[in-house]
Amino acid sequence: MGIQTVAVHSDVDSNAVHVKMADEAVCVGPAPTSKSYLNMDAIMDAIRLTGAQAVHPGYGFLSENKDFAKRLAAVGVTFIGPDTHAIQAMGDKIESKLIAKAAKVNTIPGFDGVVKTAEDAVKIAQQIGYPVMIKASAGGGGKGMRIAWNDEETREGFRFSSQEAASSFGDDRLLIEKYIDNPRHIEIQVLADKHGNVLWLNERECSIQRRNQKVVEEAPSMFLDADTRRVMGEQAVQLAKAVKYSSAGTVEFLVDSKKNFYFLEMNTRLQVEHPVTECITGLDLVEQMIRIAKGYQLQQKQEDIPINGWAIESRVYAEDPFKSFGLPSIGRLSQYQEPLKLSHVRVDSGIEEGSDINIYYDPMISKLVTYGATRAEALARMEDALDNYVIRGVTHNIPLLREIITHPRFVSGDISTNFLPEVYPEGFKGHHLDEDRCRELLASAAALHVTSQLYSHKILGTQRVSSAPMDQNNWELCVELGQELHDIEISKSGNSYIVKVDGGQVEVCGDWNLASPLLPLTINGTCRMLQCLSKESSGNIVLQYMGTLFKVRVLSKLTAKLNSYMPEKVSEDTSSILRSPMPGTVVAMSVKPGDTVADGQEICVIEAMKMQNSLTAVKQAKVKSVHCQPGETVGEGDLLVELE
Amino acid sequence: LAVLHVHQSFACLLQTNIQSDCRWYSVSHLSVKERIEKKRKAAQMGGGQKRIDAQHQRGKLTARERVELLLDPESFVETDMFVEHRCSDFGMEQDANKFPGDSVVTGRGRINGRLVYVFSQDFTVFGGSLSGAHAQKICKIMDQALTVGAPVIGLNDSGGARIQEGVESLAGYADIFLVHPSDLPHHGSLCILTHLMLCLQDTSYLFITGPDVVKSVTNEDVTQEELGGAKTHTAVSGVAHRAFENDVEALLYLRDFFNFLPLSNQDPAPIRECQDPSDRLVKSLDTVVPFESTKAYDMLDIIHAIVDEGDFFEIMPTYAKNIVVGFARMNGRTVGIVGNQPKVASGCLDINSSVKGARFVRFCDAFNIPIITFVDVPGFLPGTAQEYGGIIRHGAKLLFAFAEATVPKITIITRKAYGGAYDVMSSKHLRGDMNYAWPTAEVAVMGAKGAVQIIFRGKENQAEAEAEYVEKFANPFPAAVRGFVDDIIEPATTRKRICRDLEVLASKKQVNPWKKHANIPL
Repeated sequence: MGIQTVAVHSDVDSNAVHVKMADEAVCVGPAPTSKSYLNMDAIMDAIRLTGAQAVHPGYGFLSENKDFAKRLAAVGVTFIGPDTHAIQAMGDKIESKLIAKAAKVNTIPGFDGVVKTAEDAVKIAQQIGYPVMIKASAGGGGKGMRIAWNDEETREGFRFSSQEAASSFGDDRLLIEKYIDNPRHIEIQVLADKHGNVLWLNERECSIQRRNQKVVEEAPSMFLDADTRRVMGEQAVQLAKAVKYSSAGTVEFLVDSKKNFYFLEMNTRLQVEHPVTECITGLDLVEQMIRIAKGYQLQQKQEDIPINGWAIESRVYAEDPFKSFGLPSIGRLSQYQEPLKLSHVRVDSGIEEGSDINIYYDPMISKLVTYGATRAEALARMEDALDNYVIRGVTHNIPLLREIITHPRFVSGDISTNFLPEVYPEGFKGHHLDEDRCRELLASAAALHVTSQLYSHKILGTQRVSSAPMDQNNWELCVELGQELHDIEISKSGNSYIVKVDGGQVEVCGDWNLASPLLPLTINGTCRMLQCLSKESSGNIVLQYMGTLFKVRVLSKLTAKLNSYMPEKVSEDTSSILRSPMPGTVVAMSVKPGDTVADGQEICVIEAMKMQNSLTAVKQAKVKSVHCQPGETVGEGDLLVELE
Repeated sequence: LAVLHVHQSFACLLQTNIQSDCRWYSVSHLSVKERIEKKRKAAQMGGGQKRIDAQHQRGKLTARERVELLLDPESFVETDMFVEHRCSDFGMEQDANKFPGDSVVTGRGRINGRLVYVFSQDFTVFGGSLSGAHAQKICKIMDQALTVGAPVIGLNDSGGARIQEGVESLAGYADIFLVHPSDLPHHGSLCILTHLMLCLQDTSYLFITGPDVVKSVTNEDVTQEELGGAKTHTAVSGVAHRAFENDVEALLYLRDFFNFLPLSNQDPAPIRECQDPSDRLVKSLDTVVPFESTKAYDMLDIIHAIVDEGDFFEIMPTYAKNIVVGFARMNGRTVGIVGNQPKVASGCLDINSSVKGARFVRFCDAFNIPIITFVDVPGFLPGTAQEYGGIIRHGAKLLFAFAEATVPKITIITRKAYGGAYDVMSSKHLRGDMNYAWPTAEVAVMGAKGAVQIIFRGKENQAEAEAEYVEKFANPFPAAVRGFVDDIIEPATTRKRICRDLEVLASKKQVNPWKKHANIPL
């Protein structure tokens, strides 16, 4: 657009990608967000210093802060976003619902107050329409929540809930609300200019979430038909008009299994997942926001807004998906390659090889977006893109993302906001290898091992004592995967290996470049992208296959036999030590040496990336020693507390 | 001593066999063949199945199993399988106490096709104790290795000298120790002194005097593990160079490690085929050094990112961690890498790190291995502990080693290069061939704060003076304008430049003035 840009950054971000891309950069303070990215004074100074005429607030931080928008307006600097009135109106959950109701937007029907008798409760429930949810108004979250599908269940729910309301909270009020079964989170992107024109740019399906954070998003949604889409779009436009909205905004809805939809809230800013909308509509939302802020009229009409193909976004995070679907991980990206060589792939990232993922900010690595003419095409490309994505130095959630996008329920579109806990009730455990895939993995590891053994013989130049040539073509190996040992016979011809394993035969072909992190192989005629994370002299190999990391140990048959004499390593008893499950800051320490803790009692609280995690004892014991203090920064695996 | 307890049934069997052999001996040649077979079989069994089982139960392999694991399949050529000990005291002369091959297996073989001589002590025979015959066997292969210019690997598993033999076994020790360091081209040794010593966690012990003697002499209570276990020797004493979890792991690592080394000091450092592009740009290096000069980073990040395939074999990783040393390859060619480690004690040089570095530099120089040095050193560690310990003397060892080395020397200053420690770290002044500075380099006498406190003692405006000092000296220019660094380079290009320089320096010839031997400040 030919606009010169200024980036603001904190100390630790002075080498960040956005800083390098901008024409100018200003440091606004030290790492903690409250002192830098949320520090309005420093940002106002930066504006003055550089003579900036407008500010785009991005996604988080000050993007929905009306005070910031006011301060900008006071000095005549344009805020690229809606005006303060809309921010304020939509920022308040209660007020926004009232406005929505007034604008004839569907809201969740419900009743909050004293219900005298069971029959009153039934009457209310019938008005709302089943199913309904009944709980004590004072109870937070889902506590004491009961779901009623008919009159009888409503009476029962009323009895329990009113008792609980009186006894636990001393507050008789009950909340009876429409219960949304299998809820989906579907949101409508709107775009409004300052001249009263408002467009809806179709929906985004964001149902795949963990802890209310989105993980995978797509546009359009498989679930909506054209009519529902239009009605939702029109309601979103009504709401935007009701608050005289301008700029890009998002109206979030919950949609039940019958395609009833209910207003949730409106985000008065650009959304993280906006690229999927850009992909299917061909509009550049940031460009539109800047144009709108400048006062231009929208160039498009509603009928100009298409749905071209399908787009999917995966949020690639530096986090360990094996712990509660993702606990933050930090580190330095020692190797980092985005899969940009593939077509129809877009990667929005703010980091590069060598960047640090630190505890101060959201641990997002990138937004990986693929698109195609159909959903299947976009999904296939996403699978490829995830397999080709090289991230070393931090734990990341690609294993989980790949499992989600290939899961039959996801592929068929049978999803809801409960997808993750429903599909993985025991927590995420990584890809489960079926018999064929297991053989393929074992064969690939064996072939990689042999390749590297052969490579060790390739000493160049002449030595005074000549080397014996390597003329072996067949090997007997033993590969350990999990607790199991597999005998393998492998023979080589050219670049391919024939591997006999577990009663089957696998042919593995490849160009076998051991220096590359990517290991493109053709296994039994199918192209597979594996990644080799490490390969040690001890025979230990870590391979990424089907998105998940597998540790294998490849030994010659003789070595494996001798290895069976080696003593097993005794692993430490973890019940009496508490280690930090993630890097972060200790915010509270609830015990001191000598205290007795009960099983499940909180020992300390670690905060990382805006999240507080309570760590509890796994047995009743006396506290032996405490190794950290509140305020201290700890790394993953650091010893916090020892029990006796 | 348990070692005297020969398994009875086995001994009896052997005796009767030998007797029957004797009967046949005079009659036919076939009997000689049979006797040969019998002896060979007996030699294969070492101290017998029961002792082999006991060895396995301890989580240890037998001498022969170790050799088999270490060498390429079917490459082992054994010598002196028929040698027996010559002791005639304490009943040792009985046939039951004779074992063909005695308590050591010797011979030659190949590791990844390359020739190596090997001896492996057999704990199942008299606890692997060293007899005259045992020593003789070892000396024989050492002599042979010397004549062809091949290395010797010793796999040690021995209780010590064979007490029954008295002085003869001690003479054997003298033989081996004399032969080892001075006469032989090179050894990677699994367990005794020599060039490199690797050991095993939990099962390797090494001490001059054991815990019992220690208790009786100094009244000190100490366990075997604390006194001379792998942890002690790799982290505290610096006697061992690396520890491994068990026999199998150690031998597998040893095979890979062997590939880094030339067969002898007459051979150039080996070059392996390389799949990692020599002109690969390493983008991550552009941001590895933090902005604040007081903030640490991991020197291993730099090393792993630069070397071929990220393959770095670190030597003494748990001892004097403020300096990192080890082997790697650049465009296939073996190099020795020395780097200050800012993560530990700010990467300063102290007594232990100086000695560790010096020993490594001399190893590289002795075996024609080019040395790459990464410098980020704030100086020598101050304090009485260091001064009383002789830091001047020990620091001089590292200075001496770098100065005397005639192999190609390439130096990269990544950040701090302060004072005398800068000189020591393979500087231009010590005949560095190529010396580079990254833009973050600060070559100065000391840090700005300290310098200003001395220059402007008691004066005001210290902050201003400090800023001026930073502006003047905390950058690569003062060194570059004087030619003390050859170029200021973009970190991402470091690998490319080192590979190119090594290509050119391969033909480097530099001879030190003649002397009987140099006088390193020991």
